[in-house]
Amino acid sequence: MSTTVRTKNVWGNDIEPEYAARIPRQRAGDRGVGIRIEGLAKSFGDVPVLHDLDLEVPAGQFLAIVGKSGCGKSTLLRLLVGLDTPTSGAISFVGPDGADTEPSSRIVFQEPRLLPWASVIDNVVVGLGEGVGRRDARRLAEAALAEVQLGEKAGEWPSRLSGGQRQRAALARALVSQPAFLALDEPLGALDALTRITMQALIERVWQEQGFTALFVTHDVGEAVALADRVIVLDEGRIALDIAIDQPRPRRRGAPDLAEIEGRLLAGIFK
Amino acid sequence: MTLAAELGKPISVPTGPRIRAPRRSLAISPSALLPFLLPLGIVVLWQAASSFGWITNRLMPAPIQVVWAFWDKLVSGELAVNIQASAIRAISGLLVGGSIGFLLGLANGVSRLSHSLTDTTLQMLRTIPNLALIPLVILWFGIGEEAKLFLTALGVFFPIYLNTLHGVRNVDPQLIEMGRVYGMNGWTLFRKVIFPGALPSIFVGLRFSLGIMWLTLIVAESMAASSGIGHMANSAREFMMTDVVILALVIYALLGKLADLVALTLERLTLSWNPAYQKSARS
Repeated sequence: MSTTVRTKNVWGNDIEPEYAARIPRQRAGDRGVGIRIEGLAKSFGDVPVLHDLDLEVPAGQFLAIVGKSGCGKSTLLRLLVGLDTPTSGAISFVGPDGADTEPSSRIVFQEPRLLPWASVIDNVVVGLGEGVGRRDARRLAEAALAEVQLGEKAGEWPSRLSGGQRQRAALARALVSQPAFLALDEPLGALDALTRITMQALIERVWQEQGFTALFVTHDVGEAVALADRVIVLDEGRIALDIAIDQPRPRRRGAPDLAEIEGRLLAGIFK
Repeated sequence: MTLAAELGKPISVPTGPRIRAPRRSLAISPSALLPFLLPLGIVVLWQAASSFGWITNRLMPAPIQVVWAFWDKLVSGELAVNIQASAIRAISGLLVGGSIGFLLGLANGVSRLSHSLTDTTLQMLRTIPNLALIPLVILWFGIGEEAKLFLTALGVFFPIYLNTLHGVRNVDPQLIEMGRVYGMNGWTLFRKVIFPGALPSIFVGLRFSLGIMWLTLIVAESMAASSGIGHMANSAREFMMTDVVILALVIYALLGKLADLVALTLERLTLSWNPAYQKSARS
Protein backbone atom coordinates (compact mmCIF):
# COMPACT_ATOMS: atom_id res chain seq x y z
CA MET A 1 0.00 0.00 0.00
CA SER A 2 1.69 3.19 -1.10
CA THR A 3 0.35 6.38 0.26
CA THR A 4 1.38 9.97 0.30
CA VAL A 5 0.54 11.84 3.46
CA ARG A 6 -1.54 14.90 2.73
CA THR A 7 -1.33 17.67 5.26
CA LYS A 8 -3.89 20.10 3.80
CA ASN A 9 -7.54 19.47 3.12
CA VAL A 10 -9.41 20.86 0.13
CA TRP A 11 -9.90 24.17 1.92
CA GLY A 12 -6.19 24.46 2.57
CA ASN A 13 -6.46 23.85 6.32
CA ASP A 14 -4.13 21.51 8.18
CA ILE A 15 -5.52 18.05 8.60
CA GLU A 16 -4.55 15.43 11.11
CA PRO A 17 -2.18 12.80 9.78
CA GLU A 18 -3.98 9.68 8.72
CA TYR A 19 -3.63 6.67 10.91
CA ALA A 20 -3.50 4.22 8.04
CA ALA A 21 -0.94 6.28 6.19
CA ARG A 22 1.76 5.45 8.69
CA ILE A 23 3.41 2.11 8.32
CA PRO A 24 3.66 0.42 11.72
CA ARG A 25 7.06 0.73 13.32
CA GLN A 26 9.07 -2.29 14.22
CA ARG A 27 7.56 -4.23 17.05
CA ALA A 28 8.93 -3.08 20.40
CA GLY A 29 9.26 -6.68 21.53
CA ASP A 30 6.85 -9.37 22.44
CA ARG A 31 5.30 -8.06 25.59
CA GLY A 32 2.15 -10.10 25.32
CA VAL A 33 1.16 -12.76 27.79
CA GLY A 34 -0.67 -15.96 27.06
CA ILE A 35 -4.06 -16.52 28.66
CA ARG A 36 -5.34 -19.87 29.85
CA ILE A 37 -8.97 -20.23 30.91
CA GLU A 38 -10.12 -23.53 32.37
CA GLY A 39 -13.66 -24.51 33.26
CA LEU A 40 -14.64 -20.89 33.84
CA ALA A 41 -18.15 -20.21 35.11
CA LYS A 42 -19.85 -17.08 36.30
CA SER A 43 -23.40 -16.64 37.46
CA PHE A 44 -25.20 -13.65 38.86
CA GLY A 45 -27.53 -15.03 41.50
CA ASP A 46 -29.15 -18.07 39.88
CA VAL A 47 -28.55 -16.84 36.35
CA PRO A 48 -25.53 -18.50 34.72
CA VAL A 49 -23.78 -16.12 32.31
CA LEU A 50 -20.72 -18.21 31.50
CA HIS A 51 -20.20 -21.89 32.09
CA ASP A 52 -17.63 -24.59 31.28
CA LEU A 53 -15.54 -22.15 29.31
CA ASP A 54 -12.11 -23.34 28.16
CA LEU A 55 -9.93 -21.04 26.13
CA GLU A 56 -6.25 -20.77 25.32
CA VAL A 57 -4.96 -17.50 23.92
CA PRO A 58 -1.32 -17.44 22.74
CA ALA A 59 0.82 -14.43 23.68
CA GLY A 60 0.42 -11.46 21.36
CA GLN A 61 -2.72 -12.72 19.66
CA PHE A 62 -5.50 -10.36 18.62
CA LEU A 63 -8.61 -12.22 19.64
CA ALA A 64 -12.07 -10.89 18.88
CA ILE A 65 -15.12 -12.07 20.79
CA VAL A 66 -18.49 -11.65 19.13
CA GLY A 67 -21.97 -12.73 20.05
CA LYS A 68 -25.49 -11.54 20.64
CA SER A 69 -26.02 -9.15 23.50
CA GLY A 70 -26.26 -11.02 26.77
CA CYS A 71 -24.03 -13.85 25.55
CA GLY A 72 -21.52 -13.14 28.29
CA LYS A 73 -18.76 -11.52 26.24
CA SER A 74 -18.46 -8.43 28.42
CA THR A 75 -18.60 -10.57 31.54
CA LEU A 76 -15.68 -12.64 30.25
CA LEU A 77 -13.67 -9.46 29.76
CA ARG A 78 -14.53 -8.15 33.22
CA LEU A 79 -13.38 -11.45 34.72
CA LEU A 80 -10.11 -11.24 32.83
CA VAL A 81 -9.23 -7.77 34.09
CA GLY A 82 -10.35 -8.59 37.61
CA LEU A 83 -13.48 -6.43 37.77
CA ASP A 84 -15.48 -9.51 38.73
CA THR A 85 -14.50 -12.80 40.33
CA PRO A 86 -15.39 -16.13 38.71
CA THR A 87 -17.92 -18.40 40.37
CA SER A 88 -15.72 -21.36 39.52
CA GLY A 89 -12.85 -22.25 37.21
CA ALA A 90 -9.52 -20.58 36.77
CA ILE A 91 -7.86 -17.88 34.72
CA SER A 92 -4.10 -17.88 34.45
CA PHE A 93 -1.66 -15.77 32.51
CA VAL A 94 1.47 -17.30 31.06
CA GLY A 95 4.64 -15.24 30.75
CA PRO A 96 7.28 -15.58 28.03
CA ASP A 97 9.20 -18.10 30.15
CA GLY A 98 6.14 -20.35 30.37
CA ALA A 99 5.54 -19.66 34.05
CA ASP A 100 2.37 -18.12 35.46
CA THR A 101 2.55 -14.35 35.83
CA GLU A 102 0.45 -11.52 37.13
CA PRO A 103 0.31 -9.35 34.01
CA SER A 104 -0.21 -5.63 33.74
CA SER A 105 -3.64 -5.53 32.16
CA ARG A 106 -5.69 -2.57 31.03
CA ILE A 107 -9.20 -2.11 29.74
CA VAL A 108 -10.83 0.32 27.34
CA PHE A 109 -14.54 0.68 27.99
CA GLN A 110 -17.30 1.46 25.55
CA GLU A 111 -17.52 4.93 27.10
CA PRO A 112 -14.27 6.90 27.28
CA ARG A 113 -14.67 7.34 31.07
CA LEU A 114 -12.27 10.27 31.14
CA LEU A 115 -12.21 12.40 34.27
CA PRO A 116 -13.98 15.57 33.14
CA TRP A 117 -12.05 17.67 35.70
CA ALA A 118 -8.63 16.60 34.48
CA SER A 119 -6.94 17.73 31.28
CA VAL A 120 -6.40 15.17 28.54
CA ILE A 121 -2.79 14.59 29.55
CA ASP A 122 -3.65 14.22 33.25
CA ASN A 123 -6.22 11.63 32.24
CA VAL A 124 -3.53 9.70 30.43
CA VAL A 125 -1.25 9.96 33.49
CA VAL A 126 -3.99 8.11 35.45
CA GLY A 127 -3.09 5.06 33.35
CA LEU A 128 0.38 4.95 34.89
CA GLY A 129 -0.92 4.39 38.39
CA GLU A 130 1.12 5.33 41.46
CA GLY A 131 4.84 5.41 41.82
CA VAL A 132 5.88 7.21 38.66
CA GLY A 133 7.64 10.55 39.06
CA ARG A 134 5.81 13.62 37.81
CA ARG A 135 8.24 14.42 35.03
CA ASP A 136 8.49 10.84 33.81
CA ALA A 137 4.71 10.50 33.93
CA ARG A 138 4.30 13.57 31.74
CA ARG A 139 6.85 12.40 29.25
CA LEU A 140 5.26 8.95 28.94
CA ALA A 141 1.78 10.44 28.68
CA GLU A 142 2.90 12.80 25.94
CA ALA A 143 4.36 9.87 24.03
CA ALA A 144 1.14 7.90 24.42
CA LEU A 145 -0.91 10.86 23.21
CA ALA A 146 1.37 11.26 20.22
CA GLU A 147 0.87 7.56 19.53
CA VAL A 148 -2.88 8.12 19.16
CA GLN A 149 -2.28 11.41 17.31
CA LEU A 150 -3.76 13.55 20.03
CA GLY A 151 -0.57 15.33 21.09
CA GLU A 152 -1.85 18.81 20.46
CA LYS A 153 -4.92 18.26 22.63
CA ALA A 154 -2.87 17.47 25.74
CA GLY A 155 -3.93 20.58 27.64
CA GLU A 156 -7.62 20.52 26.68
CA TRP A 157 -10.55 19.53 28.86
CA PRO A 158 -12.17 16.27 27.70
CA SER A 159 -15.44 18.11 27.14
CA ARG A 160 -13.79 19.95 24.26
CA LEU A 161 -12.95 16.77 22.36
CA SER A 162 -15.09 14.97 19.82
CA GLY A 163 -16.35 11.46 20.57
CA GLY A 164 -13.57 9.84 18.56
CA GLN A 165 -10.90 11.98 20.17
CA ARG A 166 -12.16 11.09 23.64
CA GLN A 167 -11.95 7.41 22.85
CA ARG A 168 -8.43 7.93 21.50
CA ALA A 169 -7.50 9.62 24.78
CA ALA A 170 -8.95 6.62 26.63
CA LEU A 171 -6.84 4.35 24.45
CA ALA A 172 -3.74 6.39 25.24
CA ARG A 173 -4.53 6.04 28.95
CA ALA A 174 -4.72 2.26 28.53
CA LEU A 175 -1.51 2.10 26.50
CA VAL A 176 0.69 4.44 28.53
CA SER A 177 1.63 1.79 31.06
CA GLN A 178 2.61 -0.60 28.24
CA PRO A 179 0.24 -3.38 29.27
CA ALA A 180 0.94 -6.99 28.41
CA PHE A 181 -2.75 -7.58 27.95
CA LEU A 182 -5.32 -5.10 26.69
CA ALA A 183 -9.04 -5.72 26.97
CA LEU A 184 -11.30 -3.66 24.71
CA ASP A 185 -14.98 -3.77 25.63
CA GLU A 186 -16.84 -2.58 22.53
CA PRO A 187 -14.58 0.47 22.44
CA LEU A 188 -15.98 1.72 19.14
CA GLY A 189 -19.61 0.93 19.84
CA ALA A 190 -20.63 4.52 20.50
CA LEU A 191 -18.80 6.08 17.55
CA ASP A 192 -20.14 6.92 14.14
CA ALA A 193 -19.35 4.54 11.27
CA LEU A 194 -16.61 6.64 9.68
CA THR A 195 -14.78 7.41 12.92
CA ARG A 196 -14.88 3.70 13.68
CA ILE A 197 -12.93 2.84 10.56
CA THR A 198 -10.22 5.32 11.53
CA MET A 199 -10.10 3.97 15.07
CA GLN A 200 -9.88 0.38 13.85
CA ALA A 201 -6.80 1.26 11.83
CA LEU A 202 -5.33 3.00 14.88
CA ILE A 203 -5.93 0.05 17.17
CA GLU A 204 -4.46 -2.35 14.61
CA ARG A 205 -1.35 -0.21 14.27
CA VAL A 206 -0.62 0.17 17.99
CA TRP A 207 -1.20 -3.54 18.50
CA GLN A 208 1.27 -4.34 15.71
CA GLU A 209 3.81 -1.97 17.21
CA GLN A 210 3.48 -2.95 20.83
CA GLY A 211 2.75 -6.62 20.63
CA PHE A 212 0.38 -6.92 23.58
CA THR A 213 -2.25 -9.62 23.75
CA ALA A 214 -5.55 -8.03 22.71
CA LEU A 215 -9.03 -9.18 23.58
CA PHE A 216 -11.54 -7.23 21.58
CA VAL A 217 -15.23 -7.56 22.37
CA THR A 218 -17.54 -6.29 19.66
CA HIS A 219 -20.99 -6.83 18.24
CA ASP A 220 -19.78 -5.89 14.77
CA VAL A 221 -18.68 -9.05 12.97
CA GLY A 222 -17.14 -7.08 10.09
CA GLU A 223 -14.96 -5.20 12.56
CA ALA A 224 -13.86 -8.43 14.22
CA VAL A 225 -12.91 -9.97 10.88
CA ALA A 226 -11.00 -6.87 9.79
CA LEU A 227 -8.88 -6.72 12.93
CA ALA A 228 -8.49 -10.08 14.61
CA ASP A 229 -6.15 -13.05 14.23
CA ARG A 230 -8.92 -15.19 15.55
CA VAL A 231 -12.61 -14.74 16.25
CA ILE A 232 -14.68 -16.69 18.73
CA VAL A 233 -18.46 -16.64 18.90
CA LEU A 234 -19.96 -16.84 22.36
CA ASP A 235 -23.45 -18.22 22.67
CA GLU A 236 -25.28 -18.78 25.93
CA GLY A 237 -22.09 -18.69 27.92
CA ARG A 238 -20.07 -21.11 25.77
CA ILE A 239 -17.82 -20.93 22.75
CA ALA A 240 -19.96 -21.78 19.75
CA LEU A 241 -17.41 -21.09 17.02
CA ASP A 242 -13.66 -20.51 16.89
CA ILE A 243 -12.22 -19.30 13.60
CA ALA A 244 -8.61 -18.34 12.79
CA ILE A 245 -8.13 -15.53 10.27
CA ASP A 246 -4.69 -15.53 8.70
CA GLN A 247 -5.24 -12.91 6.04
CA PRO A 248 -2.38 -10.45 5.52
CA ARG A 249 -2.60 -6.96 7.03
CA PRO A 250 -3.70 -4.32 6.43
CA ARG A 251 -6.87 -5.99 5.27
CA ARG A 252 -9.07 -4.59 2.60
CA ARG A 253 -12.68 -4.23 3.63
CA GLY A 254 -15.07 -6.30 1.60
CA ALA A 255 -12.41 -8.66 0.25
CA PRO A 256 -14.10 -11.91 -0.83
CA ASP A 257 -12.15 -14.10 1.63
CA LEU A 258 -13.09 -11.88 4.55
CA ALA A 259 -16.71 -11.71 3.43
CA GLU A 260 -16.80 -15.49 3.37
CA ILE A 261 -15.49 -15.68 6.96
CA GLU A 262 -17.96 -13.00 8.03
CA GLY A 263 -20.78 -15.06 6.55
CA ARG A 264 -19.65 -18.13 8.45
CA LEU A 265 -19.50 -16.21 11.71
CA LEU A 266 -22.94 -14.68 11.23
CA ALA A 267 -24.32 -18.12 10.46
CA GLY A 268 -22.70 -19.32 13.69
CA ILE A 269 -24.32 -16.54 15.69
CA PHE A 270 -27.81 -16.97 14.26
CA LYS A 271 -27.93 -20.72 13.92
CA MET B 1 -8.46 1.91 3.33
CA THR B 2 -6.72 5.22 2.79
CA LEU B 3 -9.83 6.85 1.47
CA ALA B 4 -11.91 5.31 4.20
CA ALA B 5 -9.49 6.49 6.81
CA GLU B 6 -9.63 9.96 5.42
CA LEU B 7 -13.41 9.94 5.40
CA GLY B 8 -13.47 8.70 8.94
CA LYS B 9 -11.43 11.54 10.28
CA PRO B 10 -13.37 13.16 13.08
CA ILE B 11 -14.58 16.61 12.26
CA SER B 12 -11.78 18.60 13.72
CA VAL B 13 -12.46 21.24 16.29
CA PRO B 14 -10.38 24.31 15.46
CA THR B 15 -7.03 23.62 17.03
CA GLY B 16 -5.34 26.97 16.62
CA PRO B 17 -6.01 29.91 18.85
CA ARG B 18 -9.55 29.61 20.07
CA ILE B 19 -12.23 31.79 18.65
CA ARG B 20 -12.58 34.52 21.19
CA ALA B 21 -15.58 36.61 21.95
CA PRO B 22 -15.10 40.12 20.62
CA ARG B 23 -13.17 42.12 23.16
CA ARG B 24 -15.36 44.37 25.22
CA SER B 25 -14.71 48.04 24.95
CA LEU B 26 -14.54 50.12 28.10
CA ALA B 27 -17.65 52.04 27.13
CA ILE B 28 -20.65 50.47 28.86
CA SER B 29 -23.29 49.33 26.45
CA PRO B 30 -26.87 50.46 27.12
CA SER B 31 -28.03 46.87 27.63
CA ALA B 32 -25.55 46.41 30.51
CA LEU B 33 -27.29 49.21 32.39
CA LEU B 34 -30.73 47.68 31.97
CA PRO B 35 -30.73 45.65 35.23
CA PHE B 36 -29.95 48.79 37.24
CA LEU B 37 -32.75 50.83 35.73
CA LEU B 38 -35.45 49.59 38.09
CA PRO B 39 -33.58 50.01 41.41
CA LEU B 40 -32.35 53.43 40.30
CA GLY B 41 -35.89 54.46 39.38
CA ILE B 42 -37.17 53.32 42.74
CA VAL B 43 -34.54 55.35 44.58
CA VAL B 44 -35.35 58.44 42.51
CA LEU B 45 -39.07 57.99 43.13
CA TRP B 46 -38.42 57.43 46.83
CA GLN B 47 -36.34 60.59 47.08
CA ALA B 48 -39.03 62.54 45.23
CA ALA B 49 -41.74 61.18 47.51
CA SER B 50 -39.76 62.26 50.57
CA SER B 51 -38.94 65.67 49.16
CA PHE B 52 -42.57 66.42 48.33
CA GLY B 53 -43.64 65.24 51.77
CA TRP B 54 -45.77 62.31 50.55
CA ILE B 55 -44.14 60.01 53.12
CA THR B 56 -43.19 60.99 56.67
CA ASN B 57 -39.48 61.08 57.22
CA ARG B 58 -39.92 59.70 60.71
CA LEU B 59 -41.07 56.35 59.35
CA MET B 60 -39.22 56.24 56.05
CA PRO B 61 -36.19 58.49 55.65
CA ALA B 62 -35.14 59.85 52.29
CA PRO B 63 -32.26 58.09 50.50
CA ILE B 64 -30.09 61.14 51.03
CA GLN B 65 -30.59 60.81 54.81
CA VAL B 66 -29.44 57.21 54.61
CA VAL B 67 -26.33 58.39 52.82
CA TRP B 68 -25.71 60.94 55.58
CA ALA B 69 -26.23 58.28 58.23
CA PHE B 70 -23.70 56.15 56.40
CA TRP B 71 -21.22 59.05 56.41
CA ASP B 72 -21.78 59.72 60.14
CA LYS B 73 -21.23 56.10 61.12
CA LEU B 74 -18.24 55.81 58.85
CA VAL B 75 -16.52 58.86 60.27
CA SER B 76 -17.24 57.89 63.87
CA GLY B 77 -15.69 54.47 63.19
CA GLU B 78 -18.81 52.76 64.50
CA LEU B 79 -19.54 51.21 61.12
CA ALA B 80 -16.17 49.52 60.77
CA VAL B 81 -16.37 48.07 64.29
CA ASN B 82 -19.87 46.71 63.71
CA ILE B 83 -19.15 45.26 60.27
CA GLN B 84 -16.04 43.62 61.64
CA ALA B 85 -17.97 42.10 64.54
CA SER B 86 -20.65 40.73 62.23
CA ALA B 87 -18.15 39.44 59.69
CA ILE B 88 -16.13 37.59 62.33
CA ARG B 89 -19.31 35.93 63.65
CA ALA B 90 -20.42 35.01 60.14
CA ILE B 91 -17.08 33.56 59.11
CA SER B 92 -16.48 31.61 62.30
CA GLY B 93 -20.01 30.21 62.18
CA LEU B 94 -19.50 29.19 58.56
CA LEU B 95 -16.13 27.59 59.31
CA VAL B 96 -17.34 25.60 62.29
CA GLY B 97 -20.73 24.51 60.92
CA GLY B 98 -19.52 24.18 57.36
CA SER B 99 -16.53 21.99 58.14
CA ILE B 100 -18.53 19.67 60.39
CA GLY B 101 -21.23 19.41 57.70
CA PHE B 102 -18.63 18.81 55.01
CA LEU B 103 -16.80 16.09 56.94
CA LEU B 104 -20.01 14.31 57.95
CA GLY B 105 -21.31 14.56 54.39
CA LEU B 106 -18.12 12.98 53.08
CA ALA B 107 -18.10 10.26 55.73
CA ASN B 108 -21.74 9.37 55.14
CA GLY B 109 -21.32 9.45 51.37
CA VAL B 110 -18.35 7.09 51.46
CA SER B 111 -19.15 4.79 54.36
CA ARG B 112 -22.36 2.86 54.58
CA LEU B 113 -21.84 2.25 58.29
CA SER B 114 -21.43 5.92 59.09
CA HIS B 115 -24.48 6.71 56.98
CA SER B 116 -26.76 4.26 58.73
CA LEU B 117 -25.46 5.39 62.11
CA THR B 118 -25.97 9.14 61.74
CA ASP B 119 -28.07 10.06 58.72
CA THR B 120 -31.53 9.42 60.18
CA THR B 121 -30.71 11.44 63.29
CA LEU B 122 -29.40 14.33 61.21
CA GLN B 123 -32.43 14.26 58.93
CA MET B 124 -34.69 14.51 61.97
CA LEU B 125 -32.73 17.40 63.44
CA ARG B 126 -32.82 19.13 60.07
CA THR B 127 -36.56 19.64 60.26
CA ILE B 128 -36.20 21.84 63.37
CA PRO B 129 -35.72 25.48 62.31
CA ASN B 130 -32.49 26.59 63.94
CA LEU B 131 -34.07 29.82 65.15
CA ALA B 132 -36.62 27.81 67.13
CA LEU B 133 -33.73 26.87 69.41
CA ILE B 134 -33.18 30.47 70.53
CA PRO B 135 -34.86 30.07 73.94
CA LEU B 136 -32.84 26.95 74.65
CA VAL B 137 -29.63 28.47 73.34
CA ILE B 138 -30.04 31.50 75.61
CA LEU B 139 -30.51 29.19 78.57
CA TRP B 140 -27.46 27.16 77.62
CA PHE B 141 -25.01 29.78 76.48
CA GLY B 142 -26.47 33.04 77.72
CA ILE B 143 -26.43 35.88 75.23
CA GLY B 144 -22.71 35.90 74.51
CA GLU B 145 -20.78 35.04 71.39
CA GLU B 146 -21.20 31.30 71.95
CA ALA B 147 -24.93 31.52 71.37
CA LYS B 148 -24.47 33.32 68.04
CA LEU B 149 -21.75 30.94 66.93
CA PHE B 150 -23.90 27.96 67.81
CA LEU B 151 -26.94 29.23 65.92
CA THR B 152 -24.99 30.24 62.80
CA ALA B 153 -22.98 27.03 62.76
CA LEU B 154 -26.16 24.99 63.09
CA GLY B 155 -27.80 26.96 60.29
CA VAL B 156 -24.99 26.48 57.78
CA PHE B 157 -24.40 22.86 58.76
CA PHE B 158 -27.40 21.30 57.05
CA PRO B 159 -27.18 22.70 53.50
CA ILE B 160 -23.50 21.81 53.35
CA TYR B 161 -24.04 18.37 54.86
CA LEU B 162 -26.92 17.50 52.54
CA ASN B 163 -25.27 18.72 49.37
CA THR B 164 -21.90 17.13 50.14
CA LEU B 165 -23.63 13.83 50.80
CA HIS B 166 -25.66 14.15 47.61
CA GLY B 167 -22.56 15.06 45.61
CA VAL B 168 -20.47 12.16 46.88
CA ARG B 169 -23.28 9.66 46.33
CA ASN B 170 -23.88 10.83 42.79
CA VAL B 171 -20.36 10.58 41.47
CA ASP B 172 -20.52 8.62 38.22
CA PRO B 173 -20.06 4.94 39.24
CA GLN B 174 -18.44 4.26 35.87
CA LEU B 175 -15.65 6.69 36.76
CA ILE B 176 -15.19 5.03 40.14
CA GLU B 177 -14.97 1.65 38.42
CA MET B 178 -12.43 3.08 36.00
CA GLY B 179 -10.40 4.39 38.94
CA ARG B 180 -10.42 0.96 40.58
CA VAL B 181 -9.31 -0.80 37.38
CA TYR B 182 -6.49 1.70 37.02
CA GLY B 183 -5.29 0.84 40.50
CA MET B 184 -6.48 3.80 42.54
CA ASN B 185 -6.75 3.01 46.22
CA GLY B 186 -8.94 4.78 48.80
CA TRP B 187 -7.21 8.13 49.16
CA THR B 188 -6.21 8.52 45.49
CA LEU B 189 -9.69 7.54 44.41
CA PHE B 190 -11.14 10.15 46.73
CA ARG B 191 -8.73 12.88 45.66
CA LYS B 192 -8.93 12.27 41.93
CA VAL B 193 -12.48 11.04 41.38
CA ILE B 194 -14.90 11.38 44.29
CA PHE B 195 -14.06 14.85 45.60
CA PRO B 196 -13.86 16.64 42.23
CA GLY B 197 -17.05 14.86 41.19
CA ALA B 198 -18.87 16.06 44.29
CA LEU B 199 -17.56 19.61 44.11
CA PRO B 200 -20.36 21.18 42.00
CA SER B 201 -22.92 19.94 44.52
CA ILE B 202 -20.80 21.11 47.47
CA PHE B 203 -20.77 24.61 46.01
CA VAL B 204 -24.56 24.59 45.75
CA GLY B 205 -24.62 23.77 49.46
CA LEU B 206 -22.15 26.53 50.23
CA ARG B 207 -24.20 29.18 48.46
CA PHE B 208 -27.35 28.01 50.21
CA SER B 209 -25.67 28.13 53.58
CA LEU B 210 -24.36 31.66 52.98
CA GLY B 211 -27.96 32.87 52.80
CA ILE B 212 -28.86 31.05 55.99
CA MET B 213 -25.70 32.36 57.65
CA TRP B 214 -26.77 36.01 57.23
CA LEU B 215 -30.36 35.30 58.20
CA THR B 216 -29.35 33.59 61.43
CA LEU B 217 -26.86 36.28 62.23
CA ILE B 218 -29.38 39.11 61.79
CA VAL B 219 -31.79 37.44 64.18
CA ALA B 220 -29.08 36.55 66.68
CA GLU B 221 -27.67 40.06 66.68
CA SER B 222 -31.03 41.77 67.10
CA MET B 223 -31.82 39.45 69.97
CA ALA B 224 -28.97 40.46 72.18
CA ALA B 225 -25.63 41.87 71.26
CA SER B 226 -23.36 44.77 72.03
CA SER B 227 -21.85 45.03 68.58
CA GLY B 228 -22.60 44.06 65.00
CA ILE B 229 -24.86 45.37 62.27
CA GLY B 230 -27.91 43.80 63.90
CA HIS B 231 -27.09 45.54 67.16
CA MET B 232 -26.63 48.84 65.32
CA ALA B 233 -30.07 48.51 63.70
CA ASN B 234 -31.72 47.48 66.93
CA SER B 235 -30.36 50.31 69.04
CA ALA B 236 -31.27 52.77 66.28
CA ARG B 237 -34.86 51.55 66.50
CA GLU B 238 -35.01 52.57 70.16
CA PHE B 239 -34.19 56.15 69.19
CA MET B 240 -36.43 56.09 66.09
CA MET B 241 -33.35 56.55 63.87
CA THR B 242 -34.96 54.98 60.82
CA ASP B 243 -32.12 56.11 58.55
CA VAL B 244 -29.67 53.89 60.46
CA VAL B 245 -32.12 50.98 60.30
CA ILE B 246 -32.34 51.31 56.53
CA LEU B 247 -28.55 51.64 56.37
CA ALA B 248 -28.20 48.34 58.23
CA LEU B 249 -30.51 46.65 55.72
CA VAL B 250 -28.48 47.98 52.81
CA ILE B 251 -25.26 46.75 54.41
CA TYR B 252 -26.75 43.31 54.94
CA ALA B 253 -27.74 43.20 51.28
CA LEU B 254 -24.26 44.24 50.19
CA LEU B 255 -22.50 41.76 52.50
CA GLY B 256 -24.78 38.97 51.30
CA LYS B 257 -24.06 39.84 47.70
CA LEU B 258 -20.33 39.96 48.43
CA ALA B 259 -20.36 36.52 50.04
CA ASP B 260 -22.26 35.12 47.08
CA LEU B 261 -19.78 36.71 44.70
CA VAL B 262 -16.85 35.12 46.52
CA ALA B 263 -18.55 31.71 46.33
CA LEU B 264 -19.30 32.19 42.64
CA THR B 265 -15.72 33.14 41.88
CA LEU B 266 -14.40 30.10 43.75
CA GLU B 267 -16.88 27.96 41.86
CA ARG B 268 -15.77 29.32 38.53
CA LEU B 269 -12.10 28.85 39.35
CA THR B 270 -12.42 25.25 40.49
CA LEU B 271 -15.04 24.11 38.00
CA SER B 272 -13.45 25.49 34.85
CA TRP B 273 -13.55 21.97 33.41
CA ASN B 274 -17.33 22.04 33.43
CA PRO B 275 -18.81 23.08 30.07
CA ALA B 276 -21.39 25.11 31.98
CA TYR B 277 -18.61 27.42 33.16
CA GLN B 278 -16.75 27.64 29.87
CA LYS B 279 -19.34 29.46 27.83
CA SER B 280 -18.58 32.92 29.07
CA ALA B 281 -17.33 34.82 32.06
CA ARG B 282 -20.83 35.77 33.14
CA SER B 283 -23.18 33.50 35.01
